[in-house]
Amino acid sequence: MGQRAEWVGPAGLGGASGVSGGAGCGRCRGRRCPGDGRSPSRQCWWPLPLPEPEWPPLLPRVAASQGGGMLGKGVVGGGGGTKAPKPSFVSYVRPEEIHTNEKEVTEKEVTLHLLPGEQLLCEASTVLKYVQEDSCQRGIYGKLVCTDFKIAFLGDDESALDNDETQFKNKVIGENDITLHCVDQIYGVFDEKKKTLFGQLKKYPEKLIIHCKDLRVFHFCLRYTKEEEVKRIVSGIIHHTQAPKLLKRLFLFSYAAAARNSTATDPKNHTVMFETLQDWCWELERTKGNMKYKAVRVNEGYRVSERLPEYFVVPTPLPEEDVPRFQGHGIPMWCWSCHNGCALLKMSALPKEQDDAVLQVQKSFLDGVYKTIHRPPYEIVKTEDLSSSFLSLQDIQTAHSKFKQLFLIDNSTEFWDTDIKWFSLLESSSWLDIIRRCLKKAIEITECLEAQNMNVLLLEENASDLCCLISSLVQVMMDPHCRTRVGFQSLVQKEWIMGGHCFLDRCNHLRQSDKEEVPVFLLFLDCVWQLVHQHPPAFEFTETYLTVLSDSLYIPIFSTFFFNSPHQKDTNMHQRQLSLPLTQSKSSPKRGFFREETDHLIKNLLGKRISKLINSSDELQDNFREFYDSWHSKPTDYHGLLLPHIEGPEIKVWAQRYLRWIPEAQILGGGRVATMSKLLEMMEEVQSLQEKIDERHHGQVALQAEASSLLRASARLSSLFPFALLQRHSSKPVLPTSGWKALGDEEDLARREDESVDVGDL
Amino acid sequence: MSLLRGLLGMELIGISVRPFLDFQERLALLDSALILDVPLGVISRIEKMGGATSRGENSYGLDITCKDMRNLRFALKQEGHSRRDMFEILTRHAFPLAHSLPIFAFLNEEKFNVDGWLVYNPVEEYRRQGLPNHHWRITFINKCYELCDTYPSLLVVPYRASDEDLRRVATFRSRNRIPVLSWIHPENKTVIVRCSQPLVGMSGKRNKDDEKYLDVIRETNRQISKLTIYDARPNVNAVANKATGGGYESDDAYHNAELFFLDIHNIHVMRESLKKVKDIVYPNVEESHWLSSLESTHWLEHIKLVLTGAIQVADKVSSGKSSVLVHCSDGWDRTAQLTSLAMLMLDSFYRSIEGFEILVQKEWISFGHKFASRIGHGDKNHADADRSPIFLQFIDCVWQMSKQFPTAFEFNEQFLITILDHLYSCRFGTFLYNCESARERQKVTERTVSLWSLINSNKDKFKNPFYTKEINRVLYPVASMRHLELWVNYYIRWNPRIKQQQPNPVEQRYLELLALRDEYIKRLEELQLANSAKLSDPSTSPSSPSQMMPHVQTHF
Repeated sequence: MGQRAEWVGPAGLGGASGVSGGAGCGRCRGRRCPGDGRSPSRQCWWPLPLPEPEWPPLLPRVAASQGGGMLGKGVVGGGGGTKAPKPSFVSYVRPEEIHTNEKEVTEKEVTLHLLPGEQLLCEASTVLKYVQEDSCQRGIYGKLVCTDFKIAFLGDDESALDNDETQFKNKVIGENDITLHCVDQIYGVFDEKKKTLFGQLKKYPEKLIIHCKDLRVFHFCLRYTKEEEVKRIVSGIIHHTQAPKLLKRLFLFSYAAAARNSTATDPKNHTVMFETLQDWCWELERTKGNMKYKAVRVNEGYRVSERLPEYFVVPTPLPEEDVPRFQGHGIPMWCWSCHNGCALLKMSALPKEQDDAVLQVQKSFLDGVYKTIHRPPYEIVKTEDLSSSFLSLQDIQTAHSKFKQLFLIDNSTEFWDTDIKWFSLLESSSWLDIIRRCLKKAIEITECLEAQNMNVLLLEENASDLCCLISSLVQVMMDPHCRTRVGFQSLVQKEWIMGGHCFLDRCNHLRQSDKEEVPVFLLFLDCVWQLVHQHPPAFEFTETYLTVLSDSLYIPIFSTFFFNSPHQKDTNMHQRQLSLPLTQSKSSPKRGFFREETDHLIKNLLGKRISKLINSSDELQDNFREFYDSWHSKPTDYHGLLLPHIEGPEIKVWAQRYLRWIPEAQILGGGRVATMSKLLEMMEEVQSLQEKIDERHHGQVALQAEASSLLRASARLSSLFPFALLQRHSSKPVLPTSGWKALGDEEDLARREDESVDVGDL
Repeated sequence: MSLLRGLLGMELIGISVRPFLDFQERLALLDSALILDVPLGVISRIEKMGGATSRGENSYGLDITCKDMRNLRFALKQEGHSRRDMFEILTRHAFPLAHSLPIFAFLNEEKFNVDGWLVYNPVEEYRRQGLPNHHWRITFINKCYELCDTYPSLLVVPYRASDEDLRRVATFRSRNRIPVLSWIHPENKTVIVRCSQPLVGMSGKRNKDDEKYLDVIRETNRQISKLTIYDARPNVNAVANKATGGGYESDDAYHNAELFFLDIHNIHVMRESLKKVKDIVYPNVEESHWLSSLESTHWLEHIKLVLTGAIQVADKVSSGKSSVLVHCSDGWDRTAQLTSLAMLMLDSFYRSIEGFEILVQKEWISFGHKFASRIGHGDKNHADADRSPIFLQFIDCVWQMSKQFPTAFEFNEQFLITILDHLYSCRFGTFLYNCESARERQKVTERTVSLWSLINSNKDKFKNPFYTKEINRVLYPVASMRHLELWVNYYIRWNPRIKQQQPNPVEQRYLELLALRDEYIKRLEELQLANSAKLSDPSTSPSSPSQMMPHVQTHF
């Protein structure tokens, strides 16, 4: 039960909105955020935003102008002109400038903050971090360190933030901190050539470029660093971020040992962890699924399977003895019940067999299981085989690696060069199309449950990737409880954590196999973001919540996203807490997701039955269209069924997550945050009025209300807010430097005169 | 009239409807299930489809192409020759110019309690800008449009240039559209000046008066820097224009000026681009290849270039580096886009409802953007090469800006859509004719109603609740494809699949909070009164306020 508090971590941020609502605490202003700011308290990452009255004065900095002649004749828009000077990493800072800067730095030494249990591994001084500013790059001078938790740059830029600004800072990870798990790729620059760094290096680079999984890009210049220190820091960083790791070396164990958690949670308002039988019973009761489904304790102590949670829910008529037959494979597991009694179920496929006799056994077993859930006319089940007729994990992996490259931008030139073909680049990554397909699949399943009164059985090899994704998406769309913060976290706990999604492998936390790294959970968050973006009032949380949640995938303080199964977590956390000698968990063997065999056992076995139930695909499309169109033609009930728009223009890039670190993409004083902060301002005002009325009623003297100052400077917040606070804001506009693409077949039109009349007669 | 079956888009709405022409000259279909309301001015083209031998459902009827991205199809019954009557009536009223009929705005008898014609008064607007001053004067040289028939009668020119100078400069500028002031920076006194191209021609003619005149403009602010000239066209087009007598300011002739080309394409390219936009959203929205289809229209690329140009103009002026002269070929299409957008970025006044009306009235209507030719009001020649969505493109740029700065504009999306709807509707006189002189001859202000009368008598409908008034804040939108979007609520609004969230839920929530705040303030005042009364009678116990008031809850 000690783990109850885990969820408080990523959740405690409350969205930068800090807007409360839904379940209860409408009056709490959410500002009572404990945590002394620096300590990595489990309470809170982000207290409620408070305004900062003025941007702090800019500190002296080393600046090197580049691309000064950007407005040169024929350059902008490039009507055949020359290109703007390419910002490279050569012409940065002259040594004399560094000297002046050096004095300053020694004056204000920035101290390294270590978490409990965190250890400094290596460091290097006189490192320059590059910051893009007004199409120039400036360098900030400081120290680069590597601990067993993070890579951190200690420069003076962070001290430039005043107190008000730091209110919005992430309390665990500063903007110059990169957790080891957040590192994606490391490049070295040798004689102006960029090369991927891995393994043992023969030669050390003059420059280090780090691409992060949260899409930050860091450039560190090592030219002024002592050779010894360069060797130590570069090999240290490469080793600790790229080399395969043992599970027991995860930082969260050192952290858990050093930091005692003493968090008390409000039992009424906590995330359901689904670690007890009671939790499942509550969920059954909540969704009124307890008539037809039962929670079972057959896997208590992981007797049956280490892939399954200790407790789960199966159809009531299913004999419990059936569960161990194939270690839980082939067993329909309950996910959720709809108001009409229809249920969403998932099932992992039976092991692949060649032997006819075994196949026969499997077939009769499945037939038996099937009869318990398919009993027409009362119970009809539709099977959705997600491993054969839907996305493959490889599709997702390929799409995301193309997609993320669009945001890992090294410099301004690259930004504007890709800007002209932005839409086709986006399309060729297929990421948005994959999102659309997931949303569409979820709508189809919703239609079966809601309109056709059918149970839906999701089928996948291990039922722990696309099953998690689709079943949780369906629940977000159908169950308004899942759109509250607590409900959403409980959903993630139920479907993803207890559902055995292999976070360790899918995030490649241990750097053991790049092939297994597939951002399935991120894809889920992106799908939810589409819903949040299209229907903001239907959710208790904001996009900022989702963005910070996505970041927490790479922060090894919260154990939530760092195990492959509940069993793995239990054994490891348990051992650790009891200080038993550590043994490496004999957890799940590698499950390749690239299907080597063409095995369609399940389909063969269930095929005949299913064919009667599955409508022809045309008919399916018609049902889908009708359901979709009819829902969208009615006014939206934010507390009811929620469907996304999936037309081309409606699926968008999650700009907050993907564009937040790119200075060219920032809109100073604009973006959605502008309206959001107006809204918050108004809420604050209304609440303070409400309090005043309260006080009047109790005959008390009104306290000094300081609330109205909240976010007063909102108009000057940048669209990147609350991220990228370290980026200095200038009043200069950013101007595209890229050229115009050829018009193709319209060239003759382009050459025409606007008017046909000749003006040469004067 | 005959019974019809209405087809909206390509889809059959299987019901009987009755189209009729009402007193407002709209094509309306009366049916409880379908509301279709098309001002006849919006119609671009009417065609008969199918003939006497047509068989099958819906193959016989009328096909109506609209200027606002709509296509309407009416399937008619073949018996009774009802189509011929229908076609004739529609054609006559949709294209009155070809039938010697007046445009509907002259028949419209609507009354509003505000007179929109009073919104724009050039003298007042220039006075607001602090003009005339030591360097700039107001001239009435064009009072009867004899200097330039497409310019307004009132112009602002350098103090040091005499009327005689102006006349000589006029001979060297296409259609006599001489450089005149559009906007002056209140502090650094740099200016935005607009004009048409110089008549350089193949031989590379020079004109001392024009050269001197530009130098005078340069010197109006005390800076000694060069005058910046932005030629909106692509370099090649500017060169090509020499063949027809036009051209651009060469370095040799204009020592104190720097010239940049902004690479914005001509009206024909823009027209084709919009046509392509229509192809991808109508009748069905491209689904799987939406993004590459969108890219292939180039529409947003054009928007990006226009915005980029305007940002450069605004930045030059705002930084106080130099005054700016903007022209394209004739200075009534791209030039109007650039000056008005730059002014919108620089001057927060134009971001209010009335300010924006003044901006449109000034930079577009009075300076002779050829609305009649570009839109083709009442004209049946739907393929006219003079038609082009230049003004629409400007409004789209404004929309992109308002999207990026959701609190900076007093007006909402509906305001912009309403302007565009009445750009075509012919219900108001605002956008009729090509220039001020023509409007004066037709006595448009006396005989028609202004669109601003409709809007200003109904302002609440067009207000953006998030508007925060900020003086002297320069807005620089980000002209990147990452932020530019297709304006779905305008271009795809007729598609039933694309549902517009009207009103926008965030806006809705904000309005609720506003109402709640007002209620609380009222209640607090009441309580204050009651409390002071209570001091004399302490026995009354207050009820719990939480029972009286709804909880403040907002989800996001």
